[in-house]
Amino acid sequence: MEWSPIILTFELAAVTTLILFFLATPMAYWLSFTKSQFKPIVETLVALPIVLPPTVLGFYLLIAFSPNSAVGQFLNDVFGIQLAFSFSGLVVASIFYSLPFMVQPIQSGLSNLSSSLTEASLTLGKSKFTTLTKILLPNIKPSILTGIVLTFAHTIGEFGVVLMIGGNIPDKTRVASIAIYNEVESLNYSAANGYAIFLLIVTFSVLLLVYTVNGGFLKKWMS
Amino acid sequence: MKLSLAKNLRGANGTLKINIDLEIGDGKLVTLYGESGVGKTSILRMISGLLQPDDGLIRFSDAIWFDSALKVNVKPQQRDVGFVFQDYALFPNMTVKENLEFAAADKEDEVIDELLVLMELVDLQDRKPDTLSGGQKQRVALARALVRKPKLLLLDEPMSALDRKMRSKLQEYILNVHRKFGLTTILVSHETGEIFKMSDEVLVLSEGAITFRDTPAKLFSGNSLSGKFKFTGEVVSIEKEGVVYIVSVLIGNDLVKVVADSSEIENLKEGDQVLVASKAFNPIIQKI
Repeated sequence: MEWSPIILTFELAAVTTLILFFLATPMAYWLSFTKSQFKPIVETLVALPIVLPPTVLGFYLLIAFSPNSAVGQFLNDVFGIQLAFSFSGLVVASIFYSLPFMVQPIQSGLSNLSSSLTEASLTLGKSKFTTLTKILLPNIKPSILTGIVLTFAHTIGEFGVVLMIGGNIPDKTRVASIAIYNEVESLNYSAANGYAIFLLIVTFSVLLLVYTVNGGFLKKWMS
Repeated sequence: MKLSLAKNLRGANGTLKINIDLEIGDGKLVTLYGESGVGKTSILRMISGLLQPDDGLIRFSDAIWFDSALKVNVKPQQRDVGFVFQDYALFPNMTVKENLEFAAADKEDEVIDELLVLMELVDLQDRKPDTLSGGQKQRVALARALVRKPKLLLLDEPMSALDRKMRSKLQEYILNVHRKFGLTTILVSHETGEIFKMSDEVLVLSEGAITFRDTPAKLFSGNSLSGKFKFTGEVVSIEKEGVVYIVSVLIGNDLVKVVADSSEIENLKEGDQVLVASKAFNPIIQKI
């Protein structure tokens, strides 16, 4: 068993989670307050990765990232980025793949807050941005924690999308879930077990942490 | 201030057409009175800019806040309004003092300490809102609405959730700041006693339109009783005493016992707001 797939997995999960937080928060804010007729369409698009087979998402992303496609060509010509079979490609794909896991908890957290909090802040002369950062987000910390942890854990568990657009390049795109598949293919069960146990323990601990904190158990034990 | 508002609201009970046109004198305390669902809160929301009228004009002092003809619609942030919400809307992540500081442009503003003293919140300033009682929350909400020194104060049923004793104390606080800061105040209320005690004028709202506008006394006495002296109070108890009933009425802080016969107490129950008046006898006045 090598450590590089594990490290790569956590790098991918961390980068994805960080970018998604800043991307998903404005989306969740818009979704929870908008009265636009496009809301159901946007909500559907956001939720799509939950039901879509990862291979479908991976397939279309692979097509889009290909240097022969318009998107791929544009990225290559303008930024000099090659997304197919690269770490950056994995990050972009993971962002699409884990989008609902960040957007939905934050959106439901915001929707559950009394609208008078926002209104009070506006009548006190504060901008919508200040209201979001100083009032709304601090009052939905459990939802934010849920979003962050689910995104992180979900990205760790990614397989189909990574396989489609990342392939299996050591140190670049071979994440732990791919490494397990790889070891099993070559009948190297003990190495596969090493990765598997590691992932199992980490995801279990992470989820346990969320339920402990959000359930208020942490405060009870500390006091 | 000049208010001319038209708005179609779609609610649970179908459409409500709000259509009002009135002038409110500066420095007055006016009560909006009416059943629930007649548009009282919506009117406050339109004045503060949280809800846009379909049509009309809102002018306060010399500032035009809304004018559909000129396409003017000043943001709530720029209207000189203090709004006390029915559910208080205190920020749960901040202490009492931080709630007040949030409202201030400058955290060092002296008005924060002044308001903490005025509302008797000094001892509570480091507490979070969810550890406060209803009356305390109400005082914080009132103090916070005043931090920006607005000239117009909007109170949306601020005392509906409080018990009688607390309510009477808060009425004092509100009257106190209303006079001290020279505010124009619009109060939404159901309580006849509260309206009597506090307001210069009462506006009765029904189905989105103002159906009555006069002093509270005119409204609640129906103007039919030309009593020499009359007070409003709340029925505390009704006891049978032989063939008559003794009704105890709390007027201000005094308990008054009134004799009534069975027909008079038919529609009375504890907690009712009543008018106690005398016609035939001359009251005695005595220095104490």
